[in-house]
Amino acid sequence: MEPVEIIQHSGGVIGVAWLMIALPLLGAAILLLGGRRTDRWGHLLGVVMSLASFAVAVLAFVELLGMSGDQRRREIELFQFIPGMVDMGLLIDPLSIAFALLITGVGSLIHIYSIGYMSHDPGRRRFFSYLNLFVAAMLLLVLADNYVGLYIGWEGVGLASYLLIGFWQHKPSAATAAQKAFIVNRVGDFGLAIGVFLIWTTFGSVAYGPVFQVAGQAEQGVLTAIGLLLLLGACGKSAQLPLQSWLLDAMEGPTPVSALIHAATMVTAGVYLVVRSGAAFFPVGSTAALVVTVVGVATLLAGAIIGTAKDDIKKGLAGSTMSQIGYMMLGAGLGPVGYVFAIGHLITHGFFKANLFLGAGSIMHAMNDEVDMRKYGGLRKLLPVTFVTFFIGYLAIIGFPLLSGYFTKDGIIETAMHHSPVLGWLAVLGAGITGFYMSRMVFMTFFGQKRWAEDAHPHESPAVMTVPLIILSIGSIFLGGYLVLGNTLANWLAPAVGGPEEPIEFHFVTTPGIATLVLVAIGAAFAWMKYGRAEVPVVAPRGSFVTTFARRDLYGDAINESLLMRPGQWLTRLAVFFDNRGVDGVVNGIAAGIGGTSGRLRRIQTGFARSYALSILFGAAVVAGALLLVGNI
Amino acid sequence: MNGAIEAPTIEYGQLMPMLLVFGAAVVGVLIEALAPRYLRKAIHVPVTLLSLAGAFALIILQAVRDGVPEQASAMGAIAVDGPALFIWGVILVLAFISMLLINDDDQFVAQAAAVPGSPEEEDAVAQGGAHTEVYPLALFAIGGMLLFSSANDLLIMFVALEVMSLPLYLLCGLARRRRLLSQEASVKYFLLGAFSSGFFLYGMALVYGFAGTVDLGGISSALASVGGQDSLLYIGVALLGVGLFFKIGAAPFQAWKPDVYQGAPTPITALMASGTLVAAFGAVLRVFWVALGNLDWDWRPVMWAVAILTMVVGAILAITQTDIKRMLAYSSIAHAGFLLIGVIATGDAEQNSGSLSGILFYLLTYGITTVGAFAVVTMVRDAGGEAGHLSRWAGLGKRSPLLAGIFAFFLLAFAGIPLTSGFFGKYAVFAPAVSGGALGLVVVGVISSAVAAFFYVRVIVLMFFSEPAADGPTVALPSVGTAAVVTIAAAATVVLGVFPQPVLDLADQAASALFIR
Amino acid sequence: MELYLPILVLAVLAGGFAVFSVAIAPFTGPKRWNRAKLDAYECGIDPTPQPVGGGRFPLKYMITAMLFIVFDIEIIFLYPWAVAFDQLGVFGLVEMVLFIATVLVAYAYVWRRKGLDWD
Repeated sequence: MEPVEIIQHSGGVIGVAWLMIALPLLGAAILLLGGRRTDRWGHLLGVVMSLASFAVAVLAFVELLGMSGDQRRREIELFQFIPGMVDMGLLIDPLSIAFALLITGVGSLIHIYSIGYMSHDPGRRRFFSYLNLFVAAMLLLVLADNYVGLYIGWEGVGLASYLLIGFWQHKPSAATAAQKAFIVNRVGDFGLAIGVFLIWTTFGSVAYGPVFQVAGQAEQGVLTAIGLLLLLGACGKSAQLPLQSWLLDAMEGPTPVSALIHAATMVTAGVYLVVRSGAAFFPVGSTAALVVTVVGVATLLAGAIIGTAKDDIKKGLAGSTMSQIGYMMLGAGLGPVGYVFAIGHLITHGFFKANLFLGAGSIMHAMNDEVDMRKYGGLRKLLPVTFVTFFIGYLAIIGFPLLSGYFTKDGIIETAMHHSPVLGWLAVLGAGITGFYMSRMVFMTFFGQKRWAEDAHPHESPAVMTVPLIILSIGSIFLGGYLVLGNTLANWLAPAVGGPEEPIEFHFVTTPGIATLVLVAIGAAFAWMKYGRAEVPVVAPRGSFVTTFARRDLYGDAINESLLMRPGQWLTRLAVFFDNRGVDGVVNGIAAGIGGTSGRLRRIQTGFARSYALSILFGAAVVAGALLLVGNI
Repeated sequence: MNGAIEAPTIEYGQLMPMLLVFGAAVVGVLIEALAPRYLRKAIHVPVTLLSLAGAFALIILQAVRDGVPEQASAMGAIAVDGPALFIWGVILVLAFISMLLINDDDQFVAQAAAVPGSPEEEDAVAQGGAHTEVYPLALFAIGGMLLFSSANDLLIMFVALEVMSLPLYLLCGLARRRRLLSQEASVKYFLLGAFSSGFFLYGMALVYGFAGTVDLGGISSALASVGGQDSLLYIGVALLGVGLFFKIGAAPFQAWKPDVYQGAPTPITALMASGTLVAAFGAVLRVFWVALGNLDWDWRPVMWAVAILTMVVGAILAITQTDIKRMLAYSSIAHAGFLLIGVIATGDAEQNSGSLSGILFYLLTYGITTVGAFAVVTMVRDAGGEAGHLSRWAGLGKRSPLLAGIFAFFLLAFAGIPLTSGFFGKYAVFAPAVSGGALGLVVVGVISSAVAAFFYVRVIVLMFFSEPAADGPTVALPSVGTAAVVTIAAAATVVLGVFPQPVLDLADQAASALFIR
Repeated sequence: MELYLPILVLAVLAGGFAVFSVAIAPFTGPKRWNRAKLDAYECGIDPTPQPVGGGRFPLKYMITAMLFIVFDIEIIFLYPWAVAFDQLGVFGLVEMVLFIATVLVAYAYVWRRKGLDWD
């Protein structure tokens, strides 16, 4: 089933869909320009803008529901952005509205949560303005009807991410992490930009509609090049290999930021890009699609392995995020069926990972911002709400049957298995590791004996923080089943990304499914033996070289440093040297030469009228002589 | 012997702007003769300013109501064509604002004839006042400029040259302070000016020898019909050129410019640097394109060389100048070189009006900015009068940020930075020159601009990033006139830099009428 | 070149005449010396004995001489006008009145500024 035609639209809620972007943008502008005057009520404005945007998204969603399937791709013209090249408009279709709902919904919850989390921070207003800016940019990214709009949103979320990672810029680690995220993303963004340029030169348009319509006619090589360039962009934003290194450091930002941007929404932009361009640039069986799946599998394993060794709860979750996005990428490389599960997993992951991150934030809130899990232990009685919701998130992510993650992750694994057993079994292995590291996290945090610091007085968080947790955990339980069973999501997405020829049937009992469950159970049991029953040392043991390997993020930073950073520094030094000695030498030499000439010529200006007259006479003779010469040739 | 002489006809209407200025000058002499000393200035100022404004109004009237004349006036002696009307307008505008500067007290000597440092001088200073002859002299010079730029006849052009120059020689020597420098400048300017006039006159005679007429159109048709290689003609053309190159300060005839600009009273420098340059370029265009257009193949290479030399000498020598007025003088030389590019490019038939209009626009923008810059120079003073030495300008931006800012803006306009009028001026000249085939010249022009930018920016750096000297100059509270000049010049530099189209259109229109012969 | 041949001829004739005049005078003229005749022609000023330091002489000479030239040139214009007066008619009259008026203004200036006073 092919994607349906895009229909021009006006009127209705969809006609004012731009409000979704404009409202949070307005909020950000007011908070940033208003300065201290808005300190008292700034956070409330931020929440209201986010909620209003969510309301518009819901209404647009309802309006879209009221249309028949082949009418569900609506395009709204806004304005001429670059005359003759880009007409800015919004594309409201099942895919974009699903993202919009996720972004504004989860985003609003996290806004609300942040009221409590940031209540003592002097920069709270600034924080909310950045959050609003992020929501606006992210919505532009998913709602734009062309690649340039997407690119602007892409850079916008990059900016917001940079600002928020470095929100506590007084900490050198936060400032460095922000720069790292920015620089690594620059690599990916460069790929995306060149990809968009290539799309423009190849197709003469950057709007999705016209590009997808004629994409098939382009040369295969060009299509593959575009696909790989877009994938490079996606890798940067979604922290996929080889551009994964920034995500772990990005946890320096406030925890709600980690939940919203670096788990639920922004990092999935890469998946969105691949799915959105899928039919045109990543068709099943193409080189580009193959690379997507390979990147996905590699990242899902790498992220999982990193997750096993982290004692910092947020970094553990970050590794997990990498891994889960790896699953999505894998799905996104597998054609229409894969898209359904990739988007499904994206949505459910958005819920349960936000749930886990906010839970982690709640724990940190209780433990004086301690992030080292070795200093937790036995917290389940003291933080009952946090524990229950975190545990639900945990069950969801490891794929406990009938919870959200179970449906979507198993869907991806099975689709992969169908394509290539190697990919499938690697994905199963990844699920097993997930079972281990998530169990380890839960056991270290909530079970076992207290290993707290002396001044820790754990307490449950206020309602403003726990209520979002509860809502998210409800989503973590039911959303997956709702989306997958009965083909709800597949039917919903079909007009936008195309659908499978036959309805997908979800089988509860399959070989890979059972294998996954067995592996997860083994992983969890192993974790229980090591971290639940046994005593957890407060100081991390040295561990084997495998542990070190994982602790060092698979030497990702080391590779970057030795392969890129050092040669880059050498190159810079060389360039500086060359600039100082070579270029500056020439430039200064010319300047000195002119200055010297000036000084020498100046002596001709003697100040005597007689010598001036002589120069005139001389000049006249030369002019006359030259004219005679020229004239008589 | 008894051939009937027909009474010539003179189109008084077309010549009225010029006649008005000359008439006002004569009235000025009468005022000097009859009015009591204390009243003179009070009568001179309105007469002078009103006559200039009136002449400007007459030009507008002429252009709007009667249109541009298609025949030369006064028996073919004067051509009031499109370019001439535009140049007249520019000269009158520049003269008007220069005159506001001249009105400023404390610029002119009390008794020019008194020997500097003598008891007579002390007496004169004690009596107060200054030479009010400045007004009629300036008016004569301005009238000469008008005639010079519109003369359609070498003889008239020579007369105009002298009418323009003689009062300026005199005015140069009237500085109130540093009188010896001023008198030296005056004498030098006179000697060298007379010398170069001689060249002009001699060239004229030789060209007359070839063409049998001094009428520019007549010379042109003689060249067209004979077109011979005549050595004496070439020498004549060269000598005519020397006389004109001297007036615009092209190298190697530029030596007088820094000395004279430095020594002359600054308001007079402003008038010379703006008005004289404009008028001289009007004459250059007329001689080389109206009269000698058919010979362009021969004089063009020489003009190339002169233009290149002028730009290079102006830009390079400006670097080592330590006096602000001398620096501006070298800057003026470099700008004359840029304008020569336009003169060379004006030739090709299809390029004619584009390049011409570029020159016209450039003359306006450069002239106004120049008057503004010299107006600022008059305001920065220390005990000995104007603080000319550049080191005295250090840190001016900290003492008087507004004035230093405006001056910096003028300098940027000279350098041709976008959003200033100078940018569009250069663009309007360079762009047609490139398409007219003078690419090499434009490359030299751009490189010279880059070199020139260095010394403009150096002054800006000096003003804003150096510590002010302990006994640095004070910024005089400007008189209403000076303040008005600075304001007008700054405003024009901004407006023509941001929104040049109306004036560009006007220049296009003026240039499209071309020269009448 | 042919165009200029007459000029050349004229120049040779003029130069020749000058040389001839100076050369022939000692032979043909009477020789009655006196002091004034031996002096260089200097408009009535004694060229010798030279005052110390090159000397100064009153500027009044200069001013008077220049005024003389101004009014003398006026006559140059008046002569041809007088000759062609009837043909130029009213135009000539008006122009000449304007010219004389202009010179008159200059005269007034000189007069009022005591340019004509010797002391």
